[in-house]
Amino acid sequence: MKKILLIAAVMLCATAAYAQDILSGGKVSGSFQVDGNYYWEDKGIDITEESLDGQLFGAYGFGKLQYQLGNFTAGIRYEAYQTTPMSGFDARVKGNGIANYFATYDNGTIGITVGDIYDQFGNGLIFRTYEEWTLGYDNSLRGVRAIFRPCDGVTFKGLYGKQRYYWVSYDEERGLVRGIDGEWDLNRSINALNGAKFKATLGASFVSKYESEKEHVDGDIKYILPQNVGAYAGRINLGYGKIGLSAEYARKINDPSAFNNWIYREGQELLASLSYSQKGLGMVLQVKRVDNMSFKSMNTALRNDLDIGFIPPINYTHSHSLPSMFSYSTQPLGEMGMQFQVNYTIPKKTLLGGKYGTKLAFNFSQVNDIKRNPIKVDGVEVPVYEPGTEGYDSPFFEIGDRVFYRDINFEIEKKINAKWNLTLMYINLHYDLDKIEGHEGAEDVEANFAFGEVIYKINRKHSVRVELQHMWDNIGENYDIDPMHPDFYVKRGNWAAFLVEYTIAPKLFFSIADKYNYGNPISDNRDHYVTGSIGFIKDQTRIALSGGRQSQGLVCVGGVCREVPASSGVSITITTSF
Amino acid sequence: MKKLLATLLFGFMVFGLAAQSKSDLPNITLKNLDGESVNIAEINNDGKPFVMTFWATWCGPCIKEHNALSDVYDDWVEETGIKIFSVSIDDARATAKIKPFVDGKGWPFEILLDVNSELKRAMNVSNPPHTFLFDGDGKIVWQHTGYLDGGEEDLYQEILKISK
Repeated sequence: MKKILLIAAVMLCATAAYAQDILSGGKVSGSFQVDGNYYWEDKGIDITEESLDGQLFGAYGFGKLQYQLGNFTAGIRYEAYQTTPMSGFDARVKGNGIANYFATYDNGTIGITVGDIYDQFGNGLIFRTYEEWTLGYDNSLRGVRAIFRPCDGVTFKGLYGKQRYYWVSYDEERGLVRGIDGEWDLNRSINALNGAKFKATLGASFVSKYESEKEHVDGDIKYILPQNVGAYAGRINLGYGKIGLSAEYARKINDPSAFNNWIYREGQELLASLSYSQKGLGMVLQVKRVDNMSFKSMNTALRNDLDIGFIPPINYTHSHSLPSMFSYSTQPLGEMGMQFQVNYTIPKKTLLGGKYGTKLAFNFSQVNDIKRNPIKVDGVEVPVYEPGTEGYDSPFFEIGDRVFYRDINFEIEKKINAKWNLTLMYINLHYDLDKIEGHEGAEDVEANFAFGEVIYKINRKHSVRVELQHMWDNIGENYDIDPMHPDFYVKRGNWAAFLVEYTIAPKLFFSIADKYNYGNPISDNRDHYVTGSIGFIKDQTRIALSGGRQSQGLVCVGGVCREVPASSGVSITITTSF
Repeated sequence: MKKLLATLLFGFMVFGLAAQSKSDLPNITLKNLDGESVNIAEINNDGKPFVMTFWATWCGPCIKEHNALSDVYDDWVEETGIKIFSVSIDDARATAKIKPFVDGKGWPFEILLDVNSELKRAMNVSNPPHTFLFDGDGKIVWQHTGYLDGGEEDLYQEILKISK
């Protein structure tokens, strides 16, 4: 009895001390973001009372709280997408509640997470869960993850769960995802290689999804479905001094789905890169081949819904407003791409380098379709993508004729002196409007862009930045349009754009910008998109207010793109963290 | 019995002490440009303050900030002994490109690759660029979101305040 009392007393003291610890030793942190929009009628870009449907106000935001104590971390995220218009978001994001929570214990050897998991195996080809607030995208896995690091340089991961599908309850039908991954960093685990010039990392993963349906019925046709679909991948990263080589290859068994038109072909994907770099010069060549690699945890899912794997686009990501209207999005059904990039700095104190050096960049990227040959079923040739068959045959090294995207660009950046900074860029772009945006039959975009930016530093805190852009399109004002498809021409024809920004570091900025589609083949589309913004930054808090017209286009962040409709109104964004 | 109790008490004390970590750096492992694993909780600058800044290749203001920091870096290091850890939040699309990109630009910082935004989430970063200043113990003393031309000077003022 005495013993029990004693133990109880000690436990109590310990708990009290521990509780105090939770208050004093633990750390609470978090972040908030709120976006508010007020829309108005704008007949110039066809926004009428009817199209607004009385929904003039849109608001969305999130709040994130995190608690950390030693090896223990827990967090929750609350999301609210209150009203429907929210220019550009999928209507299904509407809702509010605790979207996300997790608890992790990780002592360096063993790590356990329960709740909503974000993780990636290798390059993410067969498993990647992530969220991108600006796109309303979240495919997190609700379940359990265990990480085991038996010795330095070796990591094993295993996870199990169901993916987030907007606000649809986790009890409702969708597949289970299970995965394991192993990675071996040779330099860390083999003493002889510690600090060696030669670097090597190997990794392998296996992911399987389970869905309960055994068949899919379409009219009087019944497709027998595999309940378990397995995918596996292997990767290698090698480095020797200035040279780097990395490759990942993934394969997936037959996975008929609405996305691939219920074909039974296996999927495969290769991503490889070779790089050379030294101080002042960097070069990289990347190649990619994707064949039938859409991998979703529900076989009827479309678009970006419930993706288990991630197909990294390898083209250049443009951030200037005119070229970014034509952003590429990956084609999981099939594509072959390559990219070559050079970054070079002309050294300081040379004729062309000047006092600060001159930065040059060149990029070439191209993505084509894969080649698809018809196959024979019982000796009879069937059309490509015939449901219920293997779909097609595709020779690995043959490139398809259709060019989805090509980008050749060159950039020069020069700090002239302490006051002046100049950036110039030229871009030549080929963009398959039909394939990338789904405007069936639309003519490809063949465009050239010029971009110029000058920054003048008035004094230590005050600067003016002026940006000029122009786009020359292959479709001009006198183009013979197809009157049945006005959607083909929304952003076609020549554009001119400017931006003037005045900044007072580190707190304030004002800007005014205009994009003018003066060469649109449809005269009613020759619109100005004028916007004005003002922003205030104090430490980690940022408040930005902007108003004007937003042009229709594709907004892409981190590999996912979303179509944004034209809109007119004012918006305010507040972000902060603590 | 007494031994057991003593052990228990000692165990709790150790646990309590371990829990009262003074650092704001989370226990997350990222890769550097040589493909080596780096535990964020262990990064430091030999007891001197250091900077951690989040960026991406597609983020214009981030590139400007890095170019500006790169221009003044040698002077700053000489004056204060500061070190800059630069965390790229680019995803797998750019993993192979970061090293040639950084070398080509001639940036002298210690680069870390946060390919699935794990550290970005743990540090509550909403949008890049986002810059943290840590003291020698790994405690955040200042942070700033966004970059406006000349903003690096304000960071330097903060660095001067804490370096002796």
